[in-house]
Amino acid sequence: MKSTQARTSFKRGLAAVAAVFTLMAGTAAAQEPIKIGSFLSVTGGAAFLGDPEQKTLELYVEKINAAGGVLGRKLQLVAYDSAGDAEKARTFAKRLIEQDKVDVIVGGSTTGETMAVVPLVEAAQIPFISLAGAVVIVEPVKKWVFKTPHTDRMACEKIFIDMQSRKFSKVALISGPGGFDKSMRGQCLGVAKKYGIEVVADETYGGGDTDMTAQLTKIKNTAGVQAVLNAGFGQGPAIVTKNYRQIGVPMPLYQSHGVASKEFIKLAGAAAEGVRLPAAALLIADSLPQSDPQRSVVVSYKNEYESRFKSEVSTFGGHAYDGLYLVVEAMKKAGGTDKAKVRDALEGVHGFMGTAGVFNMSAGDHMGLDLTAFRMLEVKGGNWTLVK
Amino acid sequence: MSAQFMQYLLTGLTVGAIYALVALGFSIIFNASHVINFAQGEFVMIGGMATVSLTAAGLPYLLAIPLAIAAAALVGLALEKFAVEPARGASVVTLIIITIGASIFLRGLAMVVWDKRFHALKPFTGDTPIAIAGATILPQSLWVLGVTLAIVLALSWFFGRTLLGKAMLATSHNRLAAQLVGINVRLVLFLSFGLSAALGAVAGILIAPITTTSYDVGVMLGLKGFAAAILGGLGSGVGAVVGGLALGIAETMSAGYLSSAYKDAIAFVIILAVLFFMPSGLFGKRGSERV
Repeated sequence: MKSTQARTSFKRGLAAVAAVFTLMAGTAAAQEPIKIGSFLSVTGGAAFLGDPEQKTLELYVEKINAAGGVLGRKLQLVAYDSAGDAEKARTFAKRLIEQDKVDVIVGGSTTGETMAVVPLVEAAQIPFISLAGAVVIVEPVKKWVFKTPHTDRMACEKIFIDMQSRKFSKVALISGPGGFDKSMRGQCLGVAKKYGIEVVADETYGGGDTDMTAQLTKIKNTAGVQAVLNAGFGQGPAIVTKNYRQIGVPMPLYQSHGVASKEFIKLAGAAAEGVRLPAAALLIADSLPQSDPQRSVVVSYKNEYESRFKSEVSTFGGHAYDGLYLVVEAMKKAGGTDKAKVRDALEGVHGFMGTAGVFNMSAGDHMGLDLTAFRMLEVKGGNWTLVK
Repeated sequence: MSAQFMQYLLTGLTVGAIYALVALGFSIIFNASHVINFAQGEFVMIGGMATVSLTAAGLPYLLAIPLAIAAAALVGLALEKFAVEPARGASVVTLIIITIGASIFLRGLAMVVWDKRFHALKPFTGDTPIAIAGATILPQSLWVLGVTLAIVLALSWFFGRTLLGKAMLATSHNRLAAQLVGINVRLVLFLSFGLSAALGAVAGILIAPITTTSYDVGVMLGLKGFAAAILGGLGSGVGAVVGGLALGIAETMSAGYLSSAYKDAIAFVIILAVLFFMPSGLFGKRGSERV
């Protein structure tokens, strides 16, 4: 008696499960997936950007799909490797728009690739979220183009505000040869006056330079210098930092967010002690106070990325995370994938918490981050600490 | 002011010593084959990167460094055996293009075998700067200068006192005559690649603690070393050393006293000026049909 009862309830349960499955299969078959297009520098010189970005997109598209997708539809990622080449980026963007017919594009690891694609997306009227740094992407505002990373101008401003609070007004600049370095140097020179900062020395170094003591000796002997700012990227800043300590420059040294990774501390070693730089909260995820509104986002991204890929999280992958979730957010608000509606929803994003900070988009601001997104960090004991 | 000058001089010497080592590698291969080996910079990279990965695997420097040099020498020998030798009889320009291809290949290989990141080596003997007349120098820079000097002395002994060295020298002077007196010029060419690869690797290991190393570090160092070799006169050992040091000092002096933005330009203008008046470089053989 008991056993038959158990059996019937088991059968009923089985039927219910089966019904749910058919239902899900039915909706999935009826609904086309939402296509997210992407072109990233997964190989080549900018691979350190594109590689974590691609991994992040794959990881989270998978996660979103496992949780039922967006608006009942699965996400489908269509990604190409543009290898840091603007020409390739253009070709792939064309293919994404015309052949793959994607609903939105999230990609463009470098500013060059992004700018090459801007005319295409503007003409095709498709929402595009760039993952590259420079200000030119969103200034002047382009109707269909958005971006998630902080700009170099914000980094300059953050640094100058910190200098102001330490009563520094005369600053020496040293920068490298790359696009990032040059752009940041220009932005810093542009906003310096606004913060009452006078740039009294402006030195540069070359791409394969192995020693910057000459430039630094010159800075050291320039009258009145109170702090030094190095706008750079790659191994240059590590050499600058080492040479800086070698010749014993007494002034504080600031670096840019371009070296905001553990690698910089590893390369510069003990010389990195005391160096200050602006960076996203992601870098110090674990040491953020519990009350910090950004903490839950960055800690969960960091843990998920690191447990999946067994490599240290970088802010670059975080930009892709922000881009993907901004799109998801906008599609939910727009109630579909209508391109114009999604674009309007993106522009209306307010108070969205990403790994880079709080996004408050508007018609005049297609990045939406403000200076609170940056934290001023100082290297202490071979690790990042928050400057209070 | 004089402390400043001293600092520029010390820096210039350190940088110049590295250029000199790379330039020596160029000269050795040029002597044996009249080929400019554009993969010379990649030997520098292999030396540095191999040491990084060997020390990361737990080997002490005393073991890792000889192994890394040997690895680079093997790559150099393999390059000669599998890329240059099969094209024997081809024109010098063809051989040069082969070495350009080899350099791109080696760089790509390094990117796959190792990675695309920058790596730092620990300095051999601490990193407390030493003060000299108001300027400072890193202990590692003394290593660079000392080892460069030792290598120059060893090379001059090798070329002047050993049979193999003399055979190499003879080949460089007149290949046909050398062949006629029984010198195995193919062996000389083969060994010259191994020797200059080893030299490049030494340079790469010596500077890795100062400048960090990565898969593409050889591009610029190779170029600067080539410029130094041209300045000193291709094929001349003394020329390579003098050319390297002169280039290094010219660079730092112009960065210090003139403008850091134009320091490479100024260095190259000096080279052009020298070549204009002395087309075969400071110590090159005069009047020959050098390219």
